[in-house]
Amino acid sequence: MTQDARGAVEAAARISYGRLLAYLSVRSRDLSASEDALSEAFAAALRVWPVAGVPDRPEAWLLTTARRVLSHGERHHRIRQGAAPMIELAYEEAHARAAPDFPDERLKLLFVCAHPDIEPAARTPLMLQTVLGLDAGRIAGAFLTSPAAMGQRLVRAKARIRDKGLIFEVLGPEAMADRLADVLSAIYAAYGTGWDAIAGAEDGVRGLAEEGVFLARLTAALLPNEPEANGLFALILYCEARRPARRDSNGAFIPLGRQNPKLWVRDLIIEAEGLLTRASRSGVFGRFQTEAAIQSVHVQRGVTGVTLTAALIQLYDLLASRHPGLGALVSRAAVYADGGKPASGLTFLDDLPPERVATYQPYWVARAHVLRLLGLAGDAKAALDIAIGLTEDPALQAFLAKGQGKTD
Amino acid sequence: MQYMILFTEPQTHFDMRNNPAEAPGYWGAWNAYIGAMAQAGVILNGDGLHGPHTAVTVRVRDGLRQVQDGPYADTKEQLGGYFVIEVADLDAALEWAARSPSAAYGSVEVRPVLPPMSGGAA
Repeated sequence: MTQDARGAVEAAARISYGRLLAYLSVRSRDLSASEDALSEAFAAALRVWPVAGVPDRPEAWLLTTARRVLSHGERHHRIRQGAAPMIELAYEEAHARAAPDFPDERLKLLFVCAHPDIEPAARTPLMLQTVLGLDAGRIAGAFLTSPAAMGQRLVRAKARIRDKGLIFEVLGPEAMADRLADVLSAIYAAYGTGWDAIAGAEDGVRGLAEEGVFLARLTAALLPNEPEANGLFALILYCEARRPARRDSNGAFIPLGRQNPKLWVRDLIIEAEGLLTRASRSGVFGRFQTEAAIQSVHVQRGVTGVTLTAALIQLYDLLASRHPGLGALVSRAAVYADGGKPASGLTFLDDLPPERVATYQPYWVARAHVLRLLGLAGDAKAALDIAIGLTEDPALQAFLAKGQGKTD
Repeated sequence: MQYMILFTEPQTHFDMRNNPAEAPGYWGAWNAYIGAMAQAGVILNGDGLHGPHTAVTVRVRDGLRQVQDGPYADTKEQLGGYFVIEVADLDAALEWAARSPSAAYGSVEVRPVLPPMSGGAA
């Protein structure tokens, strides 16, 4: 019984945390206070459910309790002392009243987290904490920040949301489109923490790839008609599909070009292709759709046995002209080199501002690759050494040290 | 901001330095790492250190000098080297710490450097 009740609280936390917090904070307009109230409601559930039984509608119980805590916010200290009667009342109420399903406000929460007034470095952490309930320590590890600094960053962001009333803001269509791009970038950043960190999977440095997948799935579900939301989800699913092929049984790194397509997860690829097709019906350029299309070209090797370099060049040219991020520009140079134009590749790399690439590992990997194709072995070795020095993952370091080539 | 990054290593890795089969890989990883830092222009100074068996620890207690062979603490990981780097913030310093070879097999401590004391030698 006690075990059941504890399990019910944990399940409710896992399934409902983000929805409950979104609903509470959209109404109270105070994210921190809503978080406190919700954690108090969960604590109450841990005390009450083992004794009184798990309520029929655990979410409604938690919501009622949290709202009660919130509405008594100014007398917070007294609530702590006199919590028991209040909670019993909440329990009765939640049982008695067949409360209608409460609306899902998580989209509003995602949009607030990516607000221009929130510093970019806080956006992804804020999403992970508010929508998924992750603690600051876990988030700090994934973003390679000290837990204290991450905690402060989150507190500052929440204070800004409250003081500037950001949750209450209503967006016009244009601001909505701009903000969506920021929302999706922040989700992609969460996924990115888990992409290169898989070498450490055994050591517990898992990154937040799973959480990124969850957020991308959620956003695509909440915005089924937004091509870019579908594009990002497709991109992430393609990457997930290739995950089992990225390491051999000894944990050694295997680059995309040498992965065994039989190890790619077919169901994920099919789902990604469906999303990308749906997204592309809009006929409007989108960064994530284009990146997903690049992944789609790569996975076609599983069927055709060849990689269509010409198609990749086209897609990277499109990205370079419409959304020239550093990652896209570097990959474009490597793809040109693979397509028999290493000199163009080198020109592209030389054109990038030195201060932007100094610590950008993929740049040095691509540079080594391009220089080797140009027959400049000495320069290639020097670039490769810098790439190795910038690499955190020992499996990737070992792969690069063998001087075998590019990594994507 | 200036940070000192201190690299600690287990004895297995100190031993690699003198093992002909393992030394090239060991030093190669450090050379690549230091090369990347030099290329990024963040190094102010720094050194590798001889192994802990070369250490001598001195204490003066109640007017008596106590001299002991070996490092000051008997732990699994010992100081192997350090760098003082100039970077924008703690996050950037942690990034460099994570890239170091010893992050994967030992540990790396990052500390902000105190500004020079006023009245001290400039």
